[in-house]
Amino acid sequence: MPNFARRGSSLVALLTVVAIPSVLAQGTTVDEIAKYRAALQDGNPAELWEARGEELWKQKRGPRQTSLEQCDLGLGAGVVKGAYARLPRYFADADRVMDLETRLVWCMVAQQGYTEADAKKSPFGNGNAKKSDIEALVAYITSESRGVPMNVSLAHPKEAAMYRIGEKMFYFRGGPHDFGCVTCHGEDGKRIRLQDLPNLTKLEGAQKAYTTWPAYRVSQGELRTFQWRLYDCFRQQRFPELLYGSDASIALTMFLARNANGAAFDAPAIKR
Amino acid sequence: MADPMKIRASMVGDSTEVKVLMNHEMETGQRKDAQGAVIPAWFIQSVTVTYGGKTVLAAQWGPAVSKNPFLSFKFKGGAKGEKVTITWIDNKGDKRTDEATIT
Repeated sequence: MPNFARRGSSLVALLTVVAIPSVLAQGTTVDEIAKYRAALQDGNPAELWEARGEELWKQKRGPRQTSLEQCDLGLGAGVVKGAYARLPRYFADADRVMDLETRLVWCMVAQQGYTEADAKKSPFGNGNAKKSDIEALVAYITSESRGVPMNVSLAHPKEAAMYRIGEKMFYFRGGPHDFGCVTCHGEDGKRIRLQDLPNLTKLEGAQKAYTTWPAYRVSQGELRTFQWRLYDCFRQQRFPELLYGSDASIALTMFLARNANGAAFDAPAIKR
Repeated sequence: MADPMKIRASMVGDSTEVKVLMNHEMETGQRKDAQGAVIPAWFIQSVTVTYGGKTVLAAQWGPAVSKNPFLSFKFKGGAKGEKVTITWIDNKGDKRTDEATIT
């Protein structure tokens, strides 16, 4: 009997020993990822995209050989500083609410003379030789809003309508997995593999998430824009493909951008 | 031709801290493309940093270094307004030289 009891207690002891590290491990994994990000912050390759984007912004390109410096991002023709912190917004010349990428495509078509198909042809780089001009332009333009507080307006009825549609989409569940944005982003402490997911229904989570995109993705060797973020979320939910620059993508961007209002924009960032 | 590097060089006490971001694919030669064909190795082999005609850092790199590599180091000496020159050469013989002013 005594022997038996001893064995029992040593088993309990063993379990405790095993259990404690696994509880600790979760904390340390998150800490280690945070440390990894901090270490990379210093040499963020997004700067290479920013430099290329600035060149593309100033270069005379397209059938009409004009630069994008006449492009109005909402603060007047050619004004880049702080423009991203106020997007998406309603543009009277296009009679449409636009996010940065849709606006860039619009300028490339209306001012540089590209066809819409050409302007949208390869919005995302493939991690190898195929580089995306739009990703570079976005890197440059967003970098000019670093530190600027997010200030997205819903004053125009079309802006308010976009926000409402985006909100509906965020909470909408569908597809083969009966999934929605809210499935992963509606609670604290959710993860995909080891990556913590932000709770976008809380102010803090919404602000932190929106202000750190676009970002350089180390695992892909590419700078990824917000359109890409949404496109890939849709793919992961097994939803139909989110079309580049579609009203659906702008509505969701509008919802998330507006919810981040007040927070200082802090991208291009770096992510795993 | 290769894209430019991004270089920051600043005085910290009596030494110069240099931070460089290089634009390079750094292909290992171990990966395969969608068709199953091996993607040929393509990586930076040598990095040389000179200051005032003297080499302050010489490195031999291999395929284990990441894509778009970041290099940070310090060397003794240096002066504000002077220039640091960095050159890399890859295994295809392509090279790129950029310089930065120490701040």
